Amino acid sequence: MEHENIKYFLELFLSGLTKGSIYALIALGYTMVYGIIEIINFAHGEIYMIGAFTALIVSSVLTMFGFPMIAILILATGTAIIYSSAYGYTIEKIAYKPLRQAPRLSPLISAIGMSIFLQNYVLLAQTENFMKFNSLIPEFEWLKPYKEIIGTEELIIIIISAIVMIALTLIVKYTRLGKAMRATAQDRMMARLVGVSVNKIISFTFIIGSALAAIGGVLIASYIGQINYYIGFIAGLKAFTAAVLGGIGSIPGAVLGGLVLGWTESFGTGYISSDYEDVFAFSLLVLILIFRPEGILGRSTSQKV
Amino acid sequence: MLTFEEIKKSFLVSLWFIFLTFPIMVIRVNSNENTIDWRWENIAIVGIASFVLSFFWRDFFRRKKLGQKKLSKDKQKSSALIELLNSKKEIKYGLLGAIITFAIAYPFVLGPYQTNIMISALIFVVLGLGLNIVVGLAGLLDLGYVAFYAVGAYTYAILNTQSGIIGHGLLQLSLYLNDLFGTTFFEIIAQPWSFWIVLPLAMLIAGICGLILGFPVLRLRGDYLAIVTLGFGEIIRLVLENWNELSNGPSGIAKIAKPNFGVSLNSIESIPFIYFLMIFLVLFTIFVVNRLQISRIGRAWMALREDEIACQAMGIDTTKTKLTAFAMGASWAGMCGVMIAVKTSFINPASFTFMESAIILSIVVLGGMGSVIGVIIGALILSLLPEYLRAFDDYRMLVFGATMVIMMIFRPQGIISNVRSTYKIIRKQKI
Repeated sequence: MEHENIKYFLELFLSGLTKGSIYALIALGYTMVYGIIEIINFAHGEIYMIGAFTALIVSSVLTMFGFPMIAILILATGTAIIYSSAYGYTIEKIAYKPLRQAPRLSPLISAIGMSIFLQNYVLLAQTENFMKFNSLIPEFEWLKPYKEIIGTEELIIIIISAIVMIALTLIVKYTRLGKAMRATAQDRMMARLVGVSVNKIISFTFIIGSALAAIGGVLIASYIGQINYYIGFIAGLKAFTAAVLGGIGSIPGAVLGGLVLGWTESFGTGYISSDYEDVFAFSLLVLILIFRPEGILGRSTSQKV
Repeated sequence: MLTFEEIKKSFLVSLWFIFLTFPIMVIRVNSNENTIDWRWENIAIVGIASFVLSFFWRDFFRRKKLGQKKLSKDKQKSSALIELLNSKKEIKYGLLGAIITFAIAYPFVLGPYQTNIMISALIFVVLGLGLNIVVGLAGLLDLGYVAFYAVGAYTYAILNTQSGIIGHGLLQLSLYLNDLFGTTFFEIIAQPWSFWIVLPLAMLIAGICGLILGFPVLRLRGDYLAIVTLGFGEIIRLVLENWNELSNGPSGIAKIAKPNFGVSLNSIESIPFIYFLMIFLVLFTIFVVNRLQISRIGRAWMALREDEIACQAMGIDTTKTKLTAFAMGASWAGMCGVMIAVKTSFINPASFTFMESAIILSIVVLGGMGSVIGVIIGALILSLLPEYLRAFDDYRMLVFGATMVIMMIFRPQGIISNVRSTYKIIRKQKI
């Protein structure tokens, strides 16, 4: 009995960790964009959805031509990353760049419009039904005995997310580009004065954020096994919750927020009720915003006049 | 205009879009049945469309820049249409008379089907005007507006059909009260509630929900507010979907009664009555919103929209101001909820998704934030166009999304911009 309880707990813990890693991957995109231009990129969830769809399309086509599994994995993920980044870049140029000097409400409404547009674009060009997504991740033989607790997909998701997040932290901390990004986030005008090409840095932020979302999209599509045009909306909302939870603008905060959210959801559904999975996430968001609007790791800043 | 440079730019843009849309537009995968169709013709469509649109895009930017320069030269030249209407009384009253005649004749000339469509459009007008209070006047972006709409609809549905735990609770309460006072008077609360009582009650309940949501989000800035309200809207929908005892879950509540107009009517005969009721409610809303706009609280909302800190410095209680905006906006949505429940006699959670909120928001954005006439026109365009252009129906949300982006970039003030009331000081000639 005791043993069963511990096993159940461990199972929930790991599934929370898996979900949380994906939320964190998407939340990083929100947080980076927010850190630099202080707008919420509402269309970020849609970029993640487009990443998953691109991977589905590429993998189906390659399967038809009889490519080996490992080649499909690499090509599908690679294409998804390229396309998501391209979409992120284009969205920034069309919907946000003309509105940099506009009042705060304008880019937000523009972003919501973009998000609705992209959802319906995929709905019309592809399908409204759920599409089966054959997992791109091969099964590990040596993990078979522990299958009840952790599957290959979960393990891979946790490992890849960890690698990507560490790489991102290193880029932001130690490279010239990362330095330029941080400078732009601190003060756009000063960054420009010391020779940082601000427009390029903003584009680059969107590209990195979108690439992370694409990785998240491919991983979660493999994990859940089906996708449709609407997956970006809820995932985007939850990733935003994660970003706010950790403190928007802070990279470790986004990771921490994602994990906390993943655990809240998995323990909530495991011990309370599975009908209200999304309600737990949103309630957490509302509570955080009431009691600690700057997030767990965020610094409170007073609004500038 | 058509220089080589321009053509080259557009050509590159169209190449980029062909690349961008290639997997999603050209290849359609059905992984459930393992089929793939290739739609090569879409390359040509995307290429040509983006080639042409990129010319317009750049042209609009050029015009916008020119417009800004002009505007800074003579600032007074704004909103020609409204100026014209205000200056020429004959045109103003003529137009008003035509609209009134049209509105009165509508149900008799065009029959119940068209009238039903018009009722929906009028519901959207009121929803737009209600959201306009929150977004347009007070500058608080509320993406969960549909939640209050749902609250209104379910208030009427539950009280009218006496279903679920609330119906049961009311029955118990009536029995208890009857016992307590030794009468049969309290049976009345376990009967189907009348529309005329529930309409103001639903407004009140929705308003209270607005207050409840308002409290936690008071401290939040614009973008946080948007997300929290969006989350709140989703929570309400999920609760309605999962809490079967309250709301009958995804299957919804059916057989909601029409209002009692004092004569016995079947459901088709009652349509003109509902139509005129809705016209009355629209006029009532316009009246209230117009009065609010020039009242103390309305001016406080506008001050809040322009600059929160400056507004606070002027001695305005921002907490109270935000709360009243939320409550006012929510109560109109509650009213519309009752009307939609009456109109369709059936409601379920699927009618209250985020997409409804998005449609209402695009009405406000298209019409012009803060402008009453603009919002009315926006609501009529956005709700009637998909009804009459059936081919357009599939592309409806696509166009709405694009409209929101394009309006924000090129015409943030909407099709009819809000005219700020100004005082003209007429200097007397020195004698």
